Amino acid sequence: MWPFIKKEFFHIFRDFRSMLILFGMPVAQVLLFGFAITTDIKDVSIAILDNSKDNVSREISNKLVSSGYFILNSNLSSNNEIEAAFKRGDIKEVVVFESDFAQKLQREGVADIQLIIDASEPNTASMINAYTSGIINSYSLELMKKQGKIPISIITEPKMLYNSGLRSVFMFVPGVITILLMLVSAMMTSISITREKEVGTMEAILVSPLKPIQIILGKVAPYVLLSFINLIVILLLSAFVFDMPIRGSIALLLVESILFIVMALALGILISSVSKSQQQAMLLSMFALLLPTILLSGFIFPIENMPYALQLVSHVMPSKWFIIIVKNIMLKGVGIGYFWKETLILLAMTVFFILMSVKKFKTRLE
Amino acid sequence: MNFRTVRPGITAINMSVSVQIKNINKKFEKLEALRDITLSIPPGELFGFIGPDGAGKTTLFRLITSLLLADKGSIAVDGLDSETDYKKIRNITGYMPGRFSLYYDLTVEENINFYASIFKTSLRENYHLIKEVYEQIEPFKKRRAGDLSGGMKQKLALSCALIHKPELLILDEPTTGVDAVSRKEFWELLKKMQKTGITILVSTPYMDEASLCDRVALMQKGDLMAVDTPSSIVDGYNGDLWQISSSDMHAIVADLTGIDSRIEKVFRFGEKVHVTTHNIDNKELGVIIEGVLDGAKHKNILLEGAKPQIEDCFLALMDEKG
Repeated sequence: MWPFIKKEFFHIFRDFRSMLILFGMPVAQVLLFGFAITTDIKDVSIAILDNSKDNVSREISNKLVSSGYFILNSNLSSNNEIEAAFKRGDIKEVVVFESDFAQKLQREGVADIQLIIDASEPNTASMINAYTSGIINSYSLELMKKQGKIPISIITEPKMLYNSGLRSVFMFVPGVITILLMLVSAMMTSISITREKEVGTMEAILVSPLKPIQIILGKVAPYVLLSFINLIVILLLSAFVFDMPIRGSIALLLVESILFIVMALALGILISSVSKSQQQAMLLSMFALLLPTILLSGFIFPIENMPYALQLVSHVMPSKWFIIIVKNIMLKGVGIGYFWKETLILLAMTVFFILMSVKKFKTRLE
Repeated sequence: MNFRTVRPGITAINMSVSVQIKNINKKFEKLEALRDITLSIPPGELFGFIGPDGAGKTTLFRLITSLLLADKGSIAVDGLDSETDYKKIRNITGYMPGRFSLYYDLTVEENINFYASIFKTSLRENYHLIKEVYEQIEPFKKRRAGDLSGGMKQKLALSCALIHKPELLILDEPTTGVDAVSRKEFWELLKKMQKTGITILVSTPYMDEASLCDRVALMQKGDLMAVDTPSSIVDGYNGDLWQISSSDMHAIVADLTGIDSRIEKVFRFGEKVHVTTHNIDNKELGVIIEGVLDGAKHKNILLEGAKPQIEDCFLALMDEKG
């Protein structure tokens, strides 16, 4: 079987397009997604509605404006002006101090600041929220130290306008990993198998004493390796270029990824056995695998917000479960105990698709 | 004490195999690709399937190699049933599909090595088997298969089909799309191969290649019209054949058609026109033809008796079957 694998590597390395998809795409995708969802905010226009106009509220306002992240666009004088200010489109956030802000803080130790944020760009919105809250929190810490009094707290209440389902900034890396593994594994294998059908070499291989399982393994083994390399590249890029954390076990992440790769390869074989040409295989991979992966896996659109029917559909998307697993490992840093169910589902799907693809793989031309 | 000696310099003779085809029927949806084909090919024969595209040649080969299953009938290779024993058959069969089954992005050498390896052998081990063919392309062994000429691709494909020492060699239109010189060389190679004892089935749309086979089957639209040696087929030609030419070859077929009930068939054959007659002698035919082909249009009228060729027989058989 080794010569078969070697031959497959020759095909890949000698085909410019394959190489581009294999190695150009991951880099391009990670960089694109990474820079499109930039983790920095700068010069965000805000408005302040100061219902209190005391020294504390003014100090906080100054802190915000002098931080370099925010530019004061206007001072509002009543709640009624907030909506109009947003609709003009030149501000992203309104910081609202409640009345008697300093007094309340002195007397009760608690005061409220409401942050109203334009969340039509959800990632920017969450960052604005984080930065504003951060500045206010550090101010309240300073204040505590200076006064050395009982704990005081300034509560920020973010209110997202226009888009309540906010996604995490780091959401894109698990998504990109999923898409790329799916694409490389399923699409590339299905294309490479159908290519042999198209060129006529499949006829010659089928006539040989090779068993179907040997043909399949020979075809997919290189892609397991290449997908794996791809995965490493993505992880390195996201770690070093975008400071994406991997809080959980890397080994566990790699093992789960291999499981997903094998599943995707089985899908690729399945696709190749139902399509007659490379083009058909490519379209099938696109529509049957890639689009659902992007749209229904929770990568871009939160599954909880989907209509019930689509939520049901999303359950059969292997990528949904994989994204949950990757998020758990990378962002939450939890162990297998928290996602063994998802892993089991993925494992079951993998076994199912392997059995299907071996069964469907034809030793004849019909 | 027993001594088994092999004479040096002589390739060990293959145990060659027979192919028995019985009442094979194959339909693709509505199209009847093969209709009730029965055929027996003895070991060591070079057997040709002659017929135009759509005759069913490729389908029949795919049935023999068990790439397809027949609707009715059975095929036995060396007594092995093609449906149940296909694994054993595939071990002893060398198959060269219609499109040269080569990897165009691999080099000549890599192609050979790959095909050798999937049959669990190697180029070094079986070099002597394909020496005759492979020698001619060996100077280009570092070249990609896609950059080879048609004739060289064909030789490479043949080497790949031969590398595992098959006892049955099946070649689907090996000479299609290959230049005349390479075609000739290729047939010479086949003749040499045959001497090693291998059974060879070859299909071709070129009628002139029929005479190079031991026996041929003339096929048309899924039917077997005739199975015999090329010379017997030619001898069985019904009627007398003449070839005629004149200065106006465009009009001649129309002018000669339907002029006499004893003149049956008129068709272009290369640069001449072939005419089949019954019960007319040379002189009488000459008179009739000169009378019909008037001197204004047709000059230099030439009439000679002709020896029928496979193509004439093929067309005659086609007419008979309607």
